[in-house]
Amino acid sequence: MGKVSYEQLLEQIEPVKAMIQTCIQCGTCTASCPNTEFMDITPRHMWRLMLTDHVDALFSSKSFIMCSSCYYCTLRCPRGLSLTQAMSHLKQVASRLRLKQFQRSSLFYDAFLDSVKKHGRVREMEFMTHYFVSMKNPVLPFGYASLGLKLLAKGKIRPEFGSSGKGKLSAVFKRVAELEE
Amino acid sequence: MKYLYYPGCSLEGTSVEYNISTKLLMNTVGVQLEEINDWSCCGATAAESKSHLLSYVLPARNLALAEKMKHSKQILVPCSACYLNLKKTEAIIKKDRHLLGKINMALAEEDLVLKGDVIVRHLLDVLSKDVDIQKIKDKSQHKMSGLTIAAYYGCQCLRPFGIFDDPEEPHSMDALIQATGAGVFKWDMGAQCCGASNFSTKPEAGMALVGKILTAAKGADAILTVCPMCQMNLESSQKKISHKEGIDLDIPVLFLPQFLGLAMGKTPKDVGLNLNLSNTGHLTQKAI
Repeated sequence: MGKVSYEQLLEQIEPVKAMIQTCIQCGTCTASCPNTEFMDITPRHMWRLMLTDHVDALFSSKSFIMCSSCYYCTLRCPRGLSLTQAMSHLKQVASRLRLKQFQRSSLFYDAFLDSVKKHGRVREMEFMTHYFVSMKNPVLPFGYASLGLKLLAKGKIRPEFGSSGKGKLSAVFKRVAELEE
Repeated sequence: MKYLYYPGCSLEGTSVEYNISTKLLMNTVGVQLEEINDWSCCGATAAESKSHLLSYVLPARNLALAEKMKHSKQILVPCSACYLNLKKTEAIIKKDRHLLGKINMALAEEDLVLKGDVIVRHLLDVLSKDVDIQKIKDKSQHKMSGLTIAAYYGCQCLRPFGIFDDPEEPHSMDALIQATGAGVFKWDMGAQCCGASNFSTKPEAGMALVGKILTAAKGADAILTVCPMCQMNLESSQKKISHKEGIDLDIPVLFLPQFLGLAMGKTPKDVGLNLNLSNTGHLTQKAI
C-alpha cells in the first residue's frame, strides 16, 4: 500500500461510512452479488470492516474492484442503502490514493477519460492503446488482439491518433477537479 | 411521436449496428428522432470510478444540450449504461440542489445551464410503452414463427430505477418478441449481470458470468440484448468460453431492434447483421 497511512484511509472513507451506517449485517448484498466467487472477502464483511474502522484490512482486499455495478445489492438492501455507490466511492478512494491493487482498473479508466477529455467522445482504439502503454506490460495487448482484429475487420474501430491542441472538454474537466478539491 | 436521440459512443463504434437498426425501426413505426447537437460521452463506468462530481457533470452536459432543443422533452437512449448515467443525473438534481449548483458551475465553462426539465427514456421503455405494438404485428411477416428467443435485459436498464419493468423478473420484451410470431424462451438469466467492464479488466470474472448466461440459453435460437456492453460480452468470446466450459455455446446474439427489423421484412444488411460478431447464420437460415 506504500506510504498511505491508516489515518488517511480513515479520513477518505468517512463519507462512505456515513452512507452505510445503518447496515444490519443481514448479508442480502453478499447473497445477491454475482461476483463473490472472485472476491477475497464478501460485501457484508466489507461493510463490517468499514464500520469498525478496519480500513487497512478493507483496502488490502480487492473485493470492491470486482463490483460490476449490477445494482442487485442496492435494489434488495432492506435498509435501502446505496451499496453500489458505496463500492464506487471505494474505487474513487483507491484511485485518489493510487493504491496498487487497483492500478489496472484505474489506468483503464484514466485512458478512457483522457479520450473523452480530448474528443468529447470515446475513441476506443486510441484509449486501449493508451491503456496498454500505461500498463507497461508487453504481453497484455495479446489478450485483446483477437477481438481487436475482429472489430477492425468490421470497421467498428478505427485507428485515429495524434489530435493535439486544446481538448474539447478540457475546461470542464479542469473546473470539476477544482470544485472537488 | 418525437424524441430527442442520444446514441452514445458505443453506437458510433463497436455497436454501430445498434444505431442503424434503432433508427430504422423507429422510422418504420413512425417515431421521429432528433439527435442531440454536439452530445458527448456519459462517463460510462469510468467517471464514477474516478470522480463523484465528474460522474454527474458528463451526463449533465448532455441533458443541458437537450434542454436547448425544441423537438421534444424526452430523450431516447438505446445504451443501458448511458441511460443509467443520464437517468441518475435527471433524478439526483431534483433532490440535491447543492450538487446541481456545482454541476452548473462546471457547465458554465461551456455556457450551458441545466434546469432539469427533460426526461430520459430507455429504448425498451419507449418500445414497450409508447409504440403501438399493432404496428409491429401488422408489418411482421411471420418469418420468426417457430423460433424461440431468449430475452436478455442485463442490469442497468432495470436497476436501480426499475421504471418500466420489474427489476428482477423483467418481461417487457415478451410482447415484442411474440408480436413477430416467435416464442419466448423460458429462463431465469434475463436480468443477470454479464460482467460489464470486468470483461476487459478482470476477464476471468467476466467470462465466468457470460459462461453461465450462454449455458442457460442452450435451446434458444437467439439471444436479444438492449445494451452494447451486454452484446459485446455475450458474443465476442463464445469460442473461448465454449472451449473453457467444454460445451458448444455458439448462439446468435442480436440487438432487439435488429430482430424486430428482420421480422418486419428488412434485410440482414438493412439491420447491420453483417456487423455482429456472433454467428447469425443459423437464425437467418431458419427465418429468412
